[in-house]
Amino acid sequence: MNIAERSVIMDSMTQAPITDFEIDGPVRARVENLSFFYGEKQALINVSFPIHDRKVTALIGPSGCGKSTLLRAINRMHDLYPGNRYQGQVILFPEEINIVGPEVDPMLIRLKIGMVFQKPNPFPKSIYDNVAAGLWVRGIRKKSLVDDRVTQALKQAALWDEVKDRLRTSAYGLSGGQQQRLCIARALAPAPEMLLLDEPTSALDPIATARIEELIMELAPTVTIVIVTHNMQQAARISNYTAFMHLGQMVEFDQTAAIFTSPKERRTQDYITGRFG
Amino acid sequence: MSTDDTDTGIGKIDEQALVAKANRQDFRFAILGFVVLVVAMVTLLALVLDFMIDGVPRIDADFLLNYPSRRPERAGILSAWVGTTLVMLTTAALAVPIGVAAGIYLEEYAPKNWLTDIIEINVTNLAGVPSIIYGLLALGLFVQTLRLGQTVLVAGMTLALLILPIIIVATREALRSIPLEIREAAYGLGADKWQVVSMYLLPAARPGILTGAIVGMSRAIGETAPIITIGALTFIAFLPPPPVQSTFPFINFEWLNSPFTVMPIQMFNWISRPQAGFHVAAAATGVILLAMTLLMNGLAIYIRYRIRRGMK
Repeated sequence: MNIAERSVIMDSMTQAPITDFEIDGPVRARVENLSFFYGEKQALINVSFPIHDRKVTALIGPSGCGKSTLLRAINRMHDLYPGNRYQGQVILFPEEINIVGPEVDPMLIRLKIGMVFQKPNPFPKSIYDNVAAGLWVRGIRKKSLVDDRVTQALKQAALWDEVKDRLRTSAYGLSGGQQQRLCIARALAPAPEMLLLDEPTSALDPIATARIEELIMELAPTVTIVIVTHNMQQAARISNYTAFMHLGQMVEFDQTAAIFTSPKERRTQDYITGRFG
Repeated sequence: MSTDDTDTGIGKIDEQALVAKANRQDFRFAILGFVVLVVAMVTLLALVLDFMIDGVPRIDADFLLNYPSRRPERAGILSAWVGTTLVMLTTAALAVPIGVAAGIYLEEYAPKNWLTDIIEINVTNLAGVPSIIYGLLALGLFVQTLRLGQTVLVAGMTLALLILPIIIVATREALRSIPLEIREAAYGLGADKWQVVSMYLLPAARPGILTGAIVGMSRAIGETAPIITIGALTFIAFLPPPPVQSTFPFINFEWLNSPFTVMPIQMFNWISRPQAGFHVAAAATGVILLAMTLLMNGLAIYIRYRIRRGMK
């Protein structure tokens, strides 16, 4: 399926069939007994949980619990640095490929799964070039198609009205919040199957944060989203599912409402009531 | 002793005295630094000024357009500056692409193992090898074994070898100083290694690479020893064939195989003559050489400024 076709499907919100079903609905990816090592140091210990299709899954937990490590494993960011090792598997549906399998090229995974980082990291190029980057990387050069996708992605990221008159100016002229929305637009332009957000609002002020949260909720019906957040209220506001992590382990995974109202684990309860973390 | 009930054991600290002492120290160091700077600058300026007073009056159109002559008042540097320009072009055309490519390979592609480490250490050390050693290598390899002759091409190849380590190291430093976030953003989009390097890393590294290239070229333009070693002529009263011609194919690379001289050699040659007139000519040549170097540096600064402004 090419990008244009996929975006049509996304736009019409057709429910594409996904092979694996949980009680709650189709599953886009399943993390199974995932362990991760930075050299000798183990950062993830036998993590398992499902990522539901076209829902928002939040990863919460205290600093150093491994939530960012887990997110970065899902698009093989760790492969950029030597000495890192994965164990276990992350199965992506419907392709049924193991995302962290050593036989799978990280580039293939990154072409399917988009990522937005903690600090806004636009390229030192124009706004247009930033959003078009993912399309060019995929060999899409046809001007009309690129123009369409750039426009659509900027609209999806709620940035279009602010930048439509200065698409050719440098992305560095935007505010921090705008830059982060630009990074989201950049990730959305190639119509990824899944979008990973690593504390996307931690460097932003409350107003910019609110805009990004709105944006995530608007995107949720069309894109599968996994978001790491420090902010429990944020997880409660925008996610459908929440995973609580502590010391590299998945302590509890459930629907967000259940996690925040009736956590089953003692540690989850302590964390969400602010007793540690 | 503290007057408080709670004795911290630190006692009474005289903050005023600490501030005053720190200020005195800063002042003393600033004076010392200023004196050292003045001594260095005055020495350099005196040297350049002396040079200019001797040389500048000698520079006129004839000086630039005449060939060397036995009569000091008629001697010019046409063949020398043309030679220097051609050798520099050859050096840049060889050293910059090879050096940048080697730097990219070492920084981005090479596996991290002991072999790469050894290559790295060697490249860094090569930058410190005396230039005459390169001259000997070129004489043995290019001139005698490969029989390439004592030509512009061989001089360009020799100087390119000499400045390759500088360009390689500068390229690596420039690539390494690119923020990790840019790299992660590019890879995160699904870009392959070549796309990341060519679309994002190289443009960001351009100012640093350019600086390295210019530092290298500035060193090459003043080199005398390796050029003398490979046997450049000191008295040349003709120009290499021009690179453009009126008949097909319009460009001509014959000049690469032509004998040549360069400005440092011309200077060296004139200084060793007894007549005072030649010493003046040498000073004038020095002024031109200095001007060419400054021009090259100025151009680099200008281009770097343009690139930086374009990126912001």
